[in-house]
Amino acid sequence: MSYEELDTEENRGRAAEIRARFPEGRERSALLPLLHLVQSVEGKVTPDGIRFCAEQLGITRAQVGAVATFYTMYKRGRTGNHLVSVCTNTLCGMMGGDKTYQALSKHLGVGHEETTEDGTITLEHAECLAACDYAPVLTVDYEFYNNVDEAKGLEIVQRLQAGEVPHPDRGAEPAGLAGIGEQLAGYGDGRPGAVADNATGEPTLRGIRLAADNDISVPGFDPNTPIPSKEGK
Amino acid sequence: MSPSPEVLQKLTPVLTKRWLSPDAWRINTYEKLDGYLGLKKALKSHPDDLIALVKDSGLRGRGGAGFPTGLKWSFIPQNDGKPHYLVVNADEGEPGTCKDLPMMMNDPHALIEGIVITCYAIRAERAYIYIRGEAVHAARRLRHAVAEAYARGYLGRNILGTGLNVELVVHSGAGAYICGEETALLDSLEGFRGQPRLKPPFPATHGLYSSPTVVNNVGTIASVPYIVLGGVDWWRQMGTEKSSGPMIYSLSGRVVNPGQYECTMGITLRELLELCGGMQPGHELKFWTPGGSSTPLFTAEHLDVPLDFDSVAAQGSMLGTTATQIFSDQDCPVYATYRWIEFYAHESCGKCTPCREGNYWMARILRRILSGAGTYDDLDTLLDACDNLLGRSFCALGDGATSPVTSSIKYFKQDYLDYIEGRKKPLLDARELVGAH
Amino acid sequence: MTVTQQKDGEIVETVTLTIDGIETTVPKGTLVIRAAEALGIAIPRFCDHPLLDPAGACRQCLVEVEGQRKPMTSCTTTCTDGMVVKTQLTSPVARKAQEGIMEFLLINHPLDCPICDKGGECPLQNQAMSNGRSDSRFVEEKRKYPTPLAISTQVLLDRERCVLCQRCTRFSEEIAGDPFIDLMERGAAEQIGVFSDTPYLEGDHAATNTSGDPFNSYYSGNTIQICPVGALTGSDYRFHSRPFDLVSTPSINEHDAGGDAIRVDHRRGSVMRRLSGEDSAVNEEWISDKTRFAFRYANGSDRLVYPRVRDEDGTLRETSWSEALLVAAEGLAAARDNGGVGVLTGGRVTVEDAYAYAKFARVALATNDVDFRVRPHSAEETAFLADYAAGVSPNNGGVTYTDVEQAPAVLLVGLEAEEEAPSLFLRLRKGNRKHGLRLFSVQPFASPGVTKANGTLLPVVPGGEAELLTALAGDAIGPSAEAEQARSAVRTDGAIILVGERLAAVPGGLSAAALLADTTGARLAWVPRRAGDRGAVDAGCLPTLLPGARPVSDLSGRVELASYWGVDSLPSAPGRDTAEMLVAAATGQLAGLVVGGVDPGDLPDPAAAEQAMEAVGFLVSLELRDGWVPQHANVVLPVAPVVEKAGSFLNWEGRLRIFDTVLSTGAMTDARVLNSIADEMGIALGTGDPRRIRAELAGLPAHEVRPTPPSYPAAELPKPDAGQAVLASWHHLLDLGSLQDNAEFLAGTARPAVVRLSAATAAEIGAQDGAQVTVSTERGAITLPLRISAMPDRVVWLPTNSAGSTVRRTLGTDAGAVVSIRTDGGARQAGDGAGHGTGDGAGHSTADGAGHGARHAQSTEEDQ
Repeated sequence: MSYEELDTEENRGRAAEIRARFPEGRERSALLPLLHLVQSVEGKVTPDGIRFCAEQLGITRAQVGAVATFYTMYKRGRTGNHLVSVCTNTLCGMMGGDKTYQALSKHLGVGHEETTEDGTITLEHAECLAACDYAPVLTVDYEFYNNVDEAKGLEIVQRLQAGEVPHPDRGAEPAGLAGIGEQLAGYGDGRPGAVADNATGEPTLRGIRLAADNDISVPGFDPNTPIPSKEGK
Repeated sequence: MSPSPEVLQKLTPVLTKRWLSPDAWRINTYEKLDGYLGLKKALKSHPDDLIALVKDSGLRGRGGAGFPTGLKWSFIPQNDGKPHYLVVNADEGEPGTCKDLPMMMNDPHALIEGIVITCYAIRAERAYIYIRGEAVHAARRLRHAVAEAYARGYLGRNILGTGLNVELVVHSGAGAYICGEETALLDSLEGFRGQPRLKPPFPATHGLYSSPTVVNNVGTIASVPYIVLGGVDWWRQMGTEKSSGPMIYSLSGRVVNPGQYECTMGITLRELLELCGGMQPGHELKFWTPGGSSTPLFTAEHLDVPLDFDSVAAQGSMLGTTATQIFSDQDCPVYATYRWIEFYAHESCGKCTPCREGNYWMARILRRILSGAGTYDDLDTLLDACDNLLGRSFCALGDGATSPVTSSIKYFKQDYLDYIEGRKKPLLDARELVGAH
Repeated sequence: MTVTQQKDGEIVETVTLTIDGIETTVPKGTLVIRAAEALGIAIPRFCDHPLLDPAGACRQCLVEVEGQRKPMTSCTTTCTDGMVVKTQLTSPVARKAQEGIMEFLLINHPLDCPICDKGGECPLQNQAMSNGRSDSRFVEEKRKYPTPLAISTQVLLDRERCVLCQRCTRFSEEIAGDPFIDLMERGAAEQIGVFSDTPYLEGDHAATNTSGDPFNSYYSGNTIQICPVGALTGSDYRFHSRPFDLVSTPSINEHDAGGDAIRVDHRRGSVMRRLSGEDSAVNEEWISDKTRFAFRYANGSDRLVYPRVRDEDGTLRETSWSEALLVAAEGLAAARDNGGVGVLTGGRVTVEDAYAYAKFARVALATNDVDFRVRPHSAEETAFLADYAAGVSPNNGGVTYTDVEQAPAVLLVGLEAEEEAPSLFLRLRKGNRKHGLRLFSVQPFASPGVTKANGTLLPVVPGGEAELLTALAGDAIGPSAEAEQARSAVRTDGAIILVGERLAAVPGGLSAAALLADTTGARLAWVPRRAGDRGAVDAGCLPTLLPGARPVSDLSGRVELASYWGVDSLPSAPGRDTAEMLVAAATGQLAGLVVGGVDPGDLPDPAAAEQAMEAVGFLVSLELRDGWVPQHANVVLPVAPVVEKAGSFLNWEGRLRIFDTVLSTGAMTDARVLNSIADEMGIALGTGDPRRIRAELAGLPAHEVRPTPPSYPAAELPKPDAGQAVLASWHHLLDLGSLQDNAEFLAGTARPAVVRLSAATAAEIGAQDGAQVTVSTERGAITLPLRISAMPDRVVWLPTNSAGSTVRRTLGTDAGAVVSIRTDGGARQAGDGAGHGTGDGAGHSTADGAGHGARHAQSTEEDQ
């Protein structure tokens, strides 16, 4: 992809929309979303993407590069259609994430932040994905699969390799590494039903269900309780 | 075995209450479930009275540090002629912590309502939710809810005809644990590397764009509408004198029913285990984190420590994010520590020497111990490295990283010695140390 | 809180604290590390630098503060009343903390001190010895990087030596405003870098690849100096020397009128490197790359060693000093008595040499035909300098660097500070960052120096400066919102107007500046580009001004000076200025010329200047290096470069900057050569010794008569047609200037030469951004790529003396003239430039070097 293909009317327009989210003179705040945007176009952040961000914000490429290399979600190497992230932080890893990662790595023949030859999958081991009650977890394009063991993990990537997109346990259908960049840039998910897609599993609700099943509530809740006023005192 | 009635009574369904309604994330359903009532009520009060109300409620930050929320708000200088900002810290990433994402997925409007009330109280016209990048499912719901709230006039210009203006933007991060640190978050939101800022000045006077800024956790802000509606006395019946209100405890690991349990503050792990069905069969509790990996490990000795800010601190750990990761006798504390340190080494921003170097080199020592090539000196070196890191680093990330090391050596020195003295099979042979960066 | 009355009457709030048991009182806001320094307690540190904002990053300076549960970084902690601080000297906690940090820093640091440039002057090495552990307990392999990484042609980075203190990145962002170097990656992989494509590709980071933006800053060399380890080294100096083999001699920058304190490090008669000196009143601790790296200009094969005389047959031959001096003396005496001799000194002479020229002209040649200006000048300027420059110094109310930094507003006219006065630019930027200084600049477009100081552009067509300044002095509103801001800003107490030498070429410009200062109460100062200009004014190298700021026309002044010099009388007729002298020489009115360091190419019309010097009967050249003038002279007398002589410069402030000989070679100063010629003529000039000259200058009787300020009218602005434009031009700091010769790495960061037009004018001639645009006069043409800029229509800008753009030489004209513009559309054809006479010899000889830099910097946004 050439710089001209990135520096289009449409992308400049989007860059302007993103800049407009921030007060005048504070447009540099748009840098993270802009990097997500260029990644959505190119599947990764390329030198052209860096240049586009620099020119849209009037900063140097060194300044953009400093930011792009700081955050793990910006990919700089070759990427595949989908990003498979296996949580191998302590709890997930010890409950099976490590084994799943190894199995996937062996099956795909790639290591951390590497991409299969056919370009379908980029594999990574991820740090805590904030879903420990579903441990061990795996995400595809950041959509969640719960309680993933080796077999389940292998099935997911095999289906991805076959061109299918297995529906996640929580979240919407994986949009692809490029597709998700647009949402990360701050745009809504225009796919019908994506917002409503099943986001909640049983562990999330266990506590509240236990309370409901046992008719437990916090007594004395009166929404009309007056708010004390200084003048009133 | 079902929990005893006394333990069940510790459940305090407040913030999680709407989660059971599958459509609570839609504004129509939310409005039917007392939604935006708190805002309407708050807008009739003077902003200063709201600050006083939150102060009196004793609400403390739910992000880990437990700073009194009302006090934080009161630090915002008023009539200073500068724009004020509210920034919601939704960069949930502390290992073990998983309560903010379900909140934003299942009840996003509660957060938005809290944001509008808070903006009114601190006189802010712009708010940002900084949500961690990986949480696309929650961000999707949140952005949808924000659009709904704009359409209904709860956000934007002249909110509910009161003249209040609040612009709210959901801003996705890009993968950096350090951005959970409030000043690193602000730098990241300004489009820089997420590296912590020198304090003072504090965000209350020099926060986002060098303007007065309140940075609060999701759970903190989502609590505000409930305090506004139910009042201080109702709120304070939960929790303890110094740790008021309900708290969402996130149970994970070797338990039968992991999940989110909203309980009165000060509940114990023994009670939480009862609520979640106990340890998994064949597993015996060995160690656990009271509030994420940055809080020193507890063991079975600590089953009865009340999990509130002060009681946990008195026992040498921290309440943190009430993320209780529960490990059993089948889990190796040395490996767990190694893995956590790899995490901190990966997430260290690199700004200060002790955190950048300390974690990197500690991970290497731990790897060597696990590979069977450790020495007795390594344990002293680890402890001394922690001593040279704790309280010497720029921000709390470095401090937190020492927690698993010092506490695991304190409670499980024998496990380390088993590797050093060759009683335990080196782990490196059995499996590559996954997650090494 | 104590309130202390200070000496100068200023009331300063103070606090009293205890450090290591010693009570001390310091101004409120003082950092603990500085308070400790003042007591002689050295706390180890890396990231801390007194001129950079506190960072607290390296954590090396931890101390114990009573009542705090954690050790505090003394570089970020301000002193408070009653504070009790214990450093490593009295606190085991602090000592342990510092040793711990030092151990962390050293784990990854290579033990290559024996081959490291920094070894022997390395804060890490020194502090590791004084504050570190004796051994390391970490045995794993160190992080390694390909080395070195060239972050520009001048600066190399060895990442494994770096301790990530971020002094370099903070300097670039805070001080220079050139954030082309930044932290890359995260955690233990964090490293310093420029933008390079390589981190974005799979595979190793190639050590030599600097594709992308190099560290594109005129101040990049300062990062080498402040690097507290050996991570940043200079290409020019790397592996050439050891600090302990060097002799350091303080000196003064000869490249511009800044008067920067520098340190010259030399070994066995060769300068190995130059560093910034420390002078808080002048350049603080910073110098430009030109000042740092351009010091080999006198080392080339063109250095003149022996005198030369021209024989009857026209051949120039080397000869003895005695013969050369005799021939010069006789020839000058004859020329003096047969029409007269003019003296052109050039702008690079020291105060002492300028004084010698001024005195030589009056006493030996009996003329006021003496001028230092080898650039566009005017009678208006002569009058202006007599009033606003001569005799002005910080001691009698002259504007200083500090005044500029503290000023609420500064208006620049005919002066691009970053290009023409780099240390002044840093103060302007600092003033803006630290004190809210508002900068206004009258020029056609917002150059990087204006943008980086947060300045406001007051756009003007060259020649229109006078009208704009007059408008600002008046009461009428306008002509723009920016002008309105400037109108009120320049009237605030403490506002300063700085005019550059280029305003001399604008009829009425300097008069209007004087009027504006007079009307508004703003202070006015003249900032020339060359190091010798300001001193030459005070020394009397002007046709109407005698040494000590006394007008030639003033009889009492002449009599006073004649008596001081012990001569009967001084010539009373006002002399000719440079342009007039050249005309007189060309027409035979002048019989001889004494020419100091003058390159005809610097003059408004180089060809005419050369014709004049060829025509004149007797030409004496005092020169450092061979060149056009020596080649055409009757007598050539070699003189010493700055590094080989003692002397002084007056900087733009009028501050006397004295320096001593760095290398003793026996080379003679201009003053001593002139003294010897005068001896041969039977005249005692008394300029053989610089100290004696300074004493003589200092002893000049005080003279209070000030001339009246100039009042010259503005000229009508030219009205260019389509296809024409008014030329605007100034020098790039790094260009073809001869003092940059032999500095091979320096040229790499020269700014690319471009031609600038407004979008409308570009459209008018059918040129797109980046297209080759040709600017021409009857004399010749210059073709460069176009950079469309926000600027007035039908104005074209070119760099004055850059590779491919030697304006005066090629076009035979200068700013303010109407020139033709056209485009050929596409890329420049091979040979096209030469065919149009684009480049002269000098342009071609160095175009490669600068072109290299131009390639690097091609896509950097110079305007940032």
